[in-house]
Amino acid sequence: MAAVLAGCGSGSGTGAAEGTLTAYVYGDDAVKVQQAAVDEFNKTSDVKVKLVSVPGAEYVNKLRTAMGSPNAPDVFFNWGGGSIKPYVDAGQLVDLSPHFQKDETLRRGFLPSIVEAGSLDGKVYGVPMRGMQPVMLFYNKSLFAENNLQPPKTWDDLQKAISTFKAKKITPFALGGTDAWTQLMWLEYLLDRIGGPEVFKKIQNGDSSAWGDPAVLKAAQTTRQLIDDGAFGKNFNSVSYSKGGAPALFAQGKAAMHLMGSWEYSTQLGKAPDFAKKDLAWTAFPTVAGGTGDPGNVVGNPTNYWSVNARTKHKDAAIDFLKSMASKEYSKALVDNGDIPTTANASQLLQTSPNPGFAEFQYKMVQLAPSFTLSWDQALEASKATPMLTEINKLFAGKSTPEQFVEALKALK
Amino acid sequence: MTEVSTPLEKQRSRAAAATKRGRRTAAGQGFGRPSVTWALPGIIFFGLFAIVPMALAVYLSFCSWDGLTSPTLVGLDNWTRLFKDPEFRQAGWLSLLLTVISWAFQTPIALMLGVWAAGRQRNRAVLSAIFFVPLLLSTTAIAVLFHSLLDPNFGVIKEIGPWFGIDPNILGSSTGALLTVAFVGGWQFMPFHTLIYQGGTRQIPQVLYQAAAIDGAGPVRQFFSITLPQLRNTITTSSVLMIVGSLTYFDTVLIMTKGGPGTDTTIVPYLMYRTGFQSYDLGYASAIATALVVVATALSLLMVKFSGFGSMRSTREGM
Repeated sequence: MAAVLAGCGSGSGTGAAEGTLTAYVYGDDAVKVQQAAVDEFNKTSDVKVKLVSVPGAEYVNKLRTAMGSPNAPDVFFNWGGGSIKPYVDAGQLVDLSPHFQKDETLRRGFLPSIVEAGSLDGKVYGVPMRGMQPVMLFYNKSLFAENNLQPPKTWDDLQKAISTFKAKKITPFALGGTDAWTQLMWLEYLLDRIGGPEVFKKIQNGDSSAWGDPAVLKAAQTTRQLIDDGAFGKNFNSVSYSKGGAPALFAQGKAAMHLMGSWEYSTQLGKAPDFAKKDLAWTAFPTVAGGTGDPGNVVGNPTNYWSVNARTKHKDAAIDFLKSMASKEYSKALVDNGDIPTTANASQLLQTSPNPGFAEFQYKMVQLAPSFTLSWDQALEASKATPMLTEINKLFAGKSTPEQFVEALKALK
Repeated sequence: MTEVSTPLEKQRSRAAAATKRGRRTAAGQGFGRPSVTWALPGIIFFGLFAIVPMALAVYLSFCSWDGLTSPTLVGLDNWTRLFKDPEFRQAGWLSLLLTVISWAFQTPIALMLGVWAAGRQRNRAVLSAIFFVPLLLSTTAIAVLFHSLLDPNFGVIKEIGPWFGIDPNILGSSTGALLTVAFVGGWQFMPFHTLIYQGGTRQIPQVLYQAAAIDGAGPVRQFFSITLPQLRNTITTSSVLMIVGSLTYFDTVLIMTKGGPGTDTTIVPYLMYRTGFQSYDLGYASAIATALVVVATALSLLMVKFSGFGSMRSTREGM
């Protein structure tokens, strides 16, 4: 804490031409890629970037506290959408749209759907800076082969897989119900497949009554049906994702499928390398009968973004630094780390990825997606996202019916 | 000077000393007496880290504040919302339930262990040291530990639960989750209360037991007629600590259940955390915090009043 504060302190109060600008980044394994980019940038720049790696669990709170204080970072990592809305509302962020229009590197550097997904009210506040994290359906190749099943493309396929695995005493889907965001993924995809991305778009733009759309109720009922059918087993409510419960179930073959963000691959590679290499396979979320959503649509975290604090004394230097995110060297470093960059040039680099097949699938999935919906808990402001997660947890725990769920969400203001 | 026990005697002897030795020694005596100045560091720290934040929280409970922009006064909005909020009502009820369960679970066991540990049996010291271990672990470590033990697919509960007819889905069931939270907290803090009871029991004069033994009272009779009444003030102290502790219980919930399933373990402190540091509704969170402070203070004052602890009556009346 003291180190962070000291770091910010040195950022402010120095002259305009020279000095330090502080960048907050979510502290995980990928920080080394950003650190390398910072080192490279500092070689030639008068204004030096100082990277502050904040431990993941504390990131959101620390950023919030810092942004409300005189020791705010100049540049900071975020998830776009609702995660930056309070800062935008408080006039604390630089509108990057003019820079994206003027500057070739920024305008052509990134996949347009990704830049758009991080924008608010048509204004760009973020420069993409890490890998893409679409949610996909992971499955156990060997279990599917043993039971003569194909990866599910339609809801009927999925039903068949569920009943087949249940008959074999294998839980169809691993689910870490202690962490409400893992349950959220189901509703995100179901709503997208049933009613299309427009329903949530309305909600994201502040229209809480859009929770009353029949597609939301249908998605909640479908979820309830899955639970009642035993698709997640009986005790998913006491299984955690973050403490390793759900990934372990999946890796040990006790569960056949896992709906999860693309990071599931690296999680499994770290915890159960044999499983990751031999049995782990992936596919898109199946279609839902009667749904109007395009089956190519994707939900998840498009990527992470850098945003610039409006109070920074080194705006030009900050933007120069952010431009380096589009460079081939930076993309290469991300690919080497197992991430799939959202830069336009990424497709040429994917063959050098530790797993080109997975990289290629993921990049295509996102590149060809008609829409990429940002995870709801990131797309909405915290004041709405937190009670929403609670309501989702209640739905899964059987504490509320799909109808009560819809009513509770409509009441969020 | 000799040790003196009653204030009256103290005064008398001091006056005598002062007249005998004149001013010089009187000044020297004044040096040894505690004055307000001595308490100053304590008062300053307490003011800075307890009173000021508490006053701020009370002020914020009348504001709307997202933590970024400056707080705006909204009058009684947060308070009217608090009294109408079904979630707060549920959290209050759960907190109360948790407090009662924790008290009923911890007090008898801690009391009996404490009385036992005050004796002079063989291996008592060794066993007492072992009982003490849970208190030395951090709450977080304990919560993580129990969470893995209770994992329905990989934890010990999966193996031994069925022997006792327990469904391993403990943390996923409403009753199970709340009882687990109470149990884990009790497991951790029982040694502390045992220690209090041990100290209290050792204060009881042996003559009482000797007299009772002469009158023919057995161990059980001695326990109920001497030990328990003599421990009255100790019970009050321990209970106040236990109740205030249960009302502010937080870490275990955060780590083990995250307030779930649904909101069935969302006790008041967790609701406050969720409102303040996940929803960033810091004004409303402050109102919840203030309400909690008021209730906890009222409860401990009430307990002290009705137990007679406040008047500091001696437990050795009639001696």
